[in-house]
Amino acid sequence: MNRKWLATPYLIWMVIFIVVPLLMILYNAFTVKDINGTVFTFDHMMKAFSGKYMTALGKSFLYALICTVICLILAYPLALILVKYSKGGAAMLFIFILPMWMNFLLRTYAWLSLLETNNGLINTILRALHLPVLDIIGTPSAIVLGMIYNFLPFMVLPIYNALAKIDKSVMEAAYDLGANDFKRLLKVTVPLSMPGVMSGITMVFMPAVTTFVIPNLLGSGKVNLIGNIIEQQFLMTYDWGFGAALSLVLMIIILISMAVIRRSDEEMEGGAGIW
Amino acid sequence: MVRRGLEKLYLGIIMLFLYAPILTLIVFSFNDSKSRAKWGGFTLKWYKTMLNDPMISKALYYTLSIALLASVIATIIGTLAAIGIHVMKKKTKSVILNVTYLPVLNPDIVTGISFMLFFVAIGLKLGFASMLIAHITFNIPYVILSILPKLSSLNKFTYEAALDLGAHPMEAIRKVIIPEIMPNIITGFLLAFTLSLDDFVISYFTTGSGVTNLSITIYTMTRRGIKPEINAISTVLFVSVLILLLIINKRSERHTKKLGGVNL
Repeated sequence: MNRKWLATPYLIWMVIFIVVPLLMILYNAFTVKDINGTVFTFDHMMKAFSGKYMTALGKSFLYALICTVICLILAYPLALILVKYSKGGAAMLFIFILPMWMNFLLRTYAWLSLLETNNGLINTILRALHLPVLDIIGTPSAIVLGMIYNFLPFMVLPIYNALAKIDKSVMEAAYDLGANDFKRLLKVTVPLSMPGVMSGITMVFMPAVTTFVIPNLLGSGKVNLIGNIIEQQFLMTYDWGFGAALSLVLMIIILISMAVIRRSDEEMEGGAGIW
Repeated sequence: MVRRGLEKLYLGIIMLFLYAPILTLIVFSFNDSKSRAKWGGFTLKWYKTMLNDPMISKALYYTLSIALLASVIATIIGTLAAIGIHVMKKKTKSVILNVTYLPVLNPDIVTGISFMLFFVAIGLKLGFASMLIAHITFNIPYVILSILPKLSSLNKFTYEAALDLGAHPMEAIRKVIIPEIMPNIITGFLLAFTLSLDDFVISYFTTGSGVTNLSITIYTMTRRGIKPEINAISTVLFVSVLILLLIINKRSERHTKKLGGVNL
């Protein structure tokens, strides 16, 4: 008996529960039920590419981009500092990525209760100090803040792993050849850590683009991102065909950008795995 | 000197940003007043309310039973799959692995919706079974991915030696390969269990008829307003996840130390 047959149960499972469901999205996106039964249509796709929905998609990308840039700016120095503590670094890293394993909804809820305009802790403190209150619940700022808080650890981890892999002797060589600290950072450390930066960017950007929970909770439903619109098609307006079309567009954009990033990752030799 | 101080300050600020919200939740879970800003004395009453809330205990039951069932089934299917995929031809292997990566790379909302459309199309009523199938499906890739690297680092001659010494292939797998990859199987299992415990988006789209997990319950509660019981749930969950992670980390520390990477 050949060992490869052991994979059979999984292969059957994979086809039925991974491949077929994804084909169902394709099927729903391009068909509509009318009196003649199910017929092929482009209507859902046309609607998905109309102005209103493209604006929501654009907004989702914009907020996700802002979130990703801020996460990168916060995480890179953090990872650099953590790597320097060569002995305690791993333990320290654990502290910084631990919140990532806390329930996502609770992390978002925590900010909801902190930021509340009238009763939130932040505003109570501000008021006690006679400072102006912070009224950002329901605005894009609250959403971006929620995204940064939720996804920052996903940026720290891969960058740390990439930095930790850099050979110390390379740094010494740069030093011996007369590079100062800043030049070393720019010419040696940053290029060598790019694979980590790339996987960090994907791990932050992707969930940020597609989230519907953060806008629902911190945006109090006032800001509709692409995730919200998809959710509404399935759970409120029951326009499944259109919802499937939007999901298809989203999936294609995400998978293509992942493929591009992965390729550039491979070109820079060896990715920094997260697991 | 100054530089070191600045570095410490920076670490401190980020740590404050990451932990202040969680700590506030934990502290206020013991607060006697319903307010989220004023301290009204120490109490455990929110924990009592939480324990007596039938919705929360039902959700906890579903969360734990689905996480346990899903991770056990995913570990079995995934371990067999990893052993099988490992010996496949390069081309077949890469096709299968690419499909396996799909649920990992795809946005959760797309995966959730694909399941929902699929279950409705085949006429499976949304509820326990549909949620369980969805959880097993998104867990398997993580099990496979935690086992495959270990398999390629194994000495393949030990397996052949076992066969030469008269072991049946199944016996050789059970007695030679499985013990070698056991740490990775357990890591994969714990990873699957944690992911399943924590999932919201996929569960949200694949559940129905009154079956909810903790994440869905928290979401429903949060949308109806802020309740102190949620703080109590947060504290309990935070402490449990912390314990689980410390166990996983202890395990993976042993077999990744050589690689110099940090595994979580």
